[in-house]
Amino acid sequence: MRHEVRFSGFGGQGIILSAVILGRAAVMYDSLYAVQTQVYGPEARGGASMSAVIIDDEPILYPKVTSPDIFVIMSQEGFEKYGAQAPEDATMLLDSSLVHSRPQCRVIEIPATREAKEKLGREIVANIVMLGALVSATRVVTETAIEKAILDSVPKGTESLNLKAMKRGFELARVVE
Amino acid sequence: MQGNIACAEGAIAAGCRFFGGYPITPSTEIAEHMAAKLPRIDGVFIQMEDELASMASIIGASWTGMRSMTATSGPGFSLMMENIGFAVMTETPCVVVNIQRGGPSTGQPTMGAQGDMMQCRFGSHGDYSVIALSPASVQEMYELTVKAFNLADEFRVPVFLMSDEIVGHMRERIDIPDQVPIIPRKPLQKGTLPFHPDADLVPGFPQFGEGYGVHVTGLTHDERGYPCATSPGLHENLVMRLVNKIESARDRIADYSITNPEAETVFVTYGPPARSVEQVVRDLGRDDIGHLRLRVVWPFPESALKLFASAKQFLVPEMNMGQVAREIERHVDQPVIPIPKLGGNLHSPDELKARLEVLH
Repeated sequence: MRHEVRFSGFGGQGIILSAVILGRAAVMYDSLYAVQTQVYGPEARGGASMSAVIIDDEPILYPKVTSPDIFVIMSQEGFEKYGAQAPEDATMLLDSSLVHSRPQCRVIEIPATREAKEKLGREIVANIVMLGALVSATRVVTETAIEKAILDSVPKGTESLNLKAMKRGFELARVVE
Repeated sequence: MQGNIACAEGAIAAGCRFFGGYPITPSTEIAEHMAAKLPRIDGVFIQMEDELASMASIIGASWTGMRSMTATSGPGFSLMMENIGFAVMTETPCVVVNIQRGGPSTGQPTMGAQGDMMQCRFGSHGDYSVIALSPASVQEMYELTVKAFNLADEFRVPVFLMSDEIVGHMRERIDIPDQVPIIPRKPLQKGTLPFHPDADLVPGFPQFGEGYGVHVTGLTHDERGYPCATSPGLHENLVMRLVNKIESARDRIADYSITNPEAETVFVTYGPPARSVEQVVRDLGRDDIGHLRLRVVWPFPESALKLFASAKQFLVPEMNMGQVAREIERHVDQPVIPIPKLGGNLHSPDELKARLEVLH
């Protein structure tokens, strides 16, 4: 079953890292195929950032996203640029603390940045909260796989903070469901 | 793993222990990875002052017996042309990776392209032949980098890994083998002149530091390596040998895969457009669409085109204005239809399907 996941937010939020972690979870721990690509522009922090992951149980031929079915949107500009056109049968997880627009499709509102800042004490793990919510809501990879991939990818010393962020994401998505 | 990292890992597995380069988007991750890895395994990484020097450094390192490599993109590749000619003339094995981006000039640093395919074939002055490989996946970034080193050593020639931003920056699944095949350089036999070729037209390699006093020059030289630039016969023989050592081995160097050889409509691809065509063939489930997917572009494997005995037309999607399509035109009587693409994006399967609709 092919899934195309598109992440968008602003540079500095870890949009690209989120996609890399998701792809890693799929390939290394769920034995699936995945291709991760990104809009690789000169903007580092602040501008709209976009990355994408295709996950499939058979080898992926065309490597670019053509019709994303899952969106993770973490900024208003990211919504306007990469989320507003989401088809009606898509699922969108959006950071409701930063995005005020709402799409036509099924939407799961996760106040990830506020949660990260107020409940976890570090705004920087908002992307991991979203990643947890994404996995819990869509099951594109297993919870075990995403946990292992997060542990592989985050700096030493931040493991427990990131796991807390992931678990908070799991919970928030369950509440919304 | 990312494509660029797979290239660096492939190089290390193949025994590359010297990297001289000047970082440039979208190839930088290769230099970064080599800088991090090589010093820990008795290798040498040098960030040179520019691409002229980068190319010179890998030639020098190669003469000490090391497997050496550089990586660049269009603007740096242009600067390397002079010393690429020197590597050809001095028969120096080395690997040049070009992660192609949009040109001319500084163009589109962060977008993919295949616009340097003719430059790698003809970019330096004079007549010569080289070998160029074109990967379409992260797996092939690894495998073809290994292959590039083996071909460079076997034929004593610069070998080009002609990748691009799309494959270089893509991350996907890769299976890394425990061991890779390594075909070492043929040593020079005692008592043989240093540029005296064997039957395969390739001379044995008189490695510096092993007792050989070899003169290495870009001037036309005799079998001793001494310059002799005014003899028409000597020059003709030397250049013909440099060309023929590659061209006469064309079928052996060839590396391609074939789908639906009975088809009348045949796509010919190399690099990322190969994946667009594979998607089209799978989506449409048609066995009347042929596909010749090249992993070696130069020397051009013309005999592969003849395997499509019923072909009525060849379609050639390339991320340039039709560079290899022109080469194909030289070899076939059927119409060759270029499907050029500029701007940095890959041909989408829908675009190619629409193109097929128009043809039928």
